[in-house]
Amino acid sequence: MPVLPMEQGLILAALLFALGLVGVLVRRNVIFILMSIEIMLNAAGLAFVVAGSRWAQEDGQVMFVFILAVAAAEVSVGLALLLQLYRRLQTLDVDAASKMRG
Amino acid sequence: MDWFFYIPAVVATVATAMVITRLNAVHALLYLIVSLLSVAMIFFRLGAPFIAALEVIIYAGAIMVLFVFVMMMLNLGPRTVEQESSWLPTRMWLGPITLTTILLIELIFILGQSGHQPMTNETIEAKQVGIALFGPYLLGAELASMLLLGGVVGAYHLGRNSREERN
Repeated sequence: MPVLPMEQGLILAALLFALGLVGVLVRRNVIFILMSIEIMLNAAGLAFVVAGSRWAQEDGQVMFVFILAVAAAEVSVGLALLLQLYRRLQTLDVDAASKMRG
Repeated sequence: MDWFFYIPAVVATVATAMVITRLNAVHALLYLIVSLLSVAMIFFRLGAPFIAALEVIIYAGAIMVLFVFVMMMLNLGPRTVEQESSWLPTRMWLGPITLTTILLIELIFILGQSGHQPMTNETIEAKQVGIALFGPYLLGAELASMLLLGGVVGAYHLGRNSREERN
């Protein structure tokens, strides 16, 4: 297999991260915001694995495992919050949550 | 040309672009799974088979199934697609896309300046990752387990239907 330059992997990670950032900024549906955060976390993990592959060290992959744990915890709490939002306000619009008190 | 890298890279980018532009949440979720699977293929190419397996099992498997379950509980119909299209006028895209493109160009510019750093083709096996995870990174593994426990307790507490319990 030919050897890849590291920049290409990092550019792909930057591209996926930028797409996730656009998703967070543009969408108002909570489900899409959570999915975009997943995309951004995954892109950060890709950058770690690319860097680990550059120096042939396993540390990048260990970091990906940690990112995986963070993503799982974040999505479980985020989806529970989404369920509460829908139950109380019957909408998935994040702007509706600005009306809550206390 | 290294097609084992470029083909999944293009598939991942296109699928991710489809995720953030879909109106129907289930369609977006299916595109997100495609994106994650192609990133898993890139991990195989970069010599990280253990991480590729974790990506398929945990990301595309467990986390996405969680999304599907929540969407089934919400029972969204065609009404939400109309709602989405009313929330997404075209001018909403302009500002964020402009700003993010500036950021992306800056990132690519900085990456291009560092010179060509070839990656190794060495495969890092699951055994090495495990030895590192439970050796020098043991504290991090413990903290991640505590975080997951906190996530479980938080999700249970928030996901409870308090109205039903009161009756």
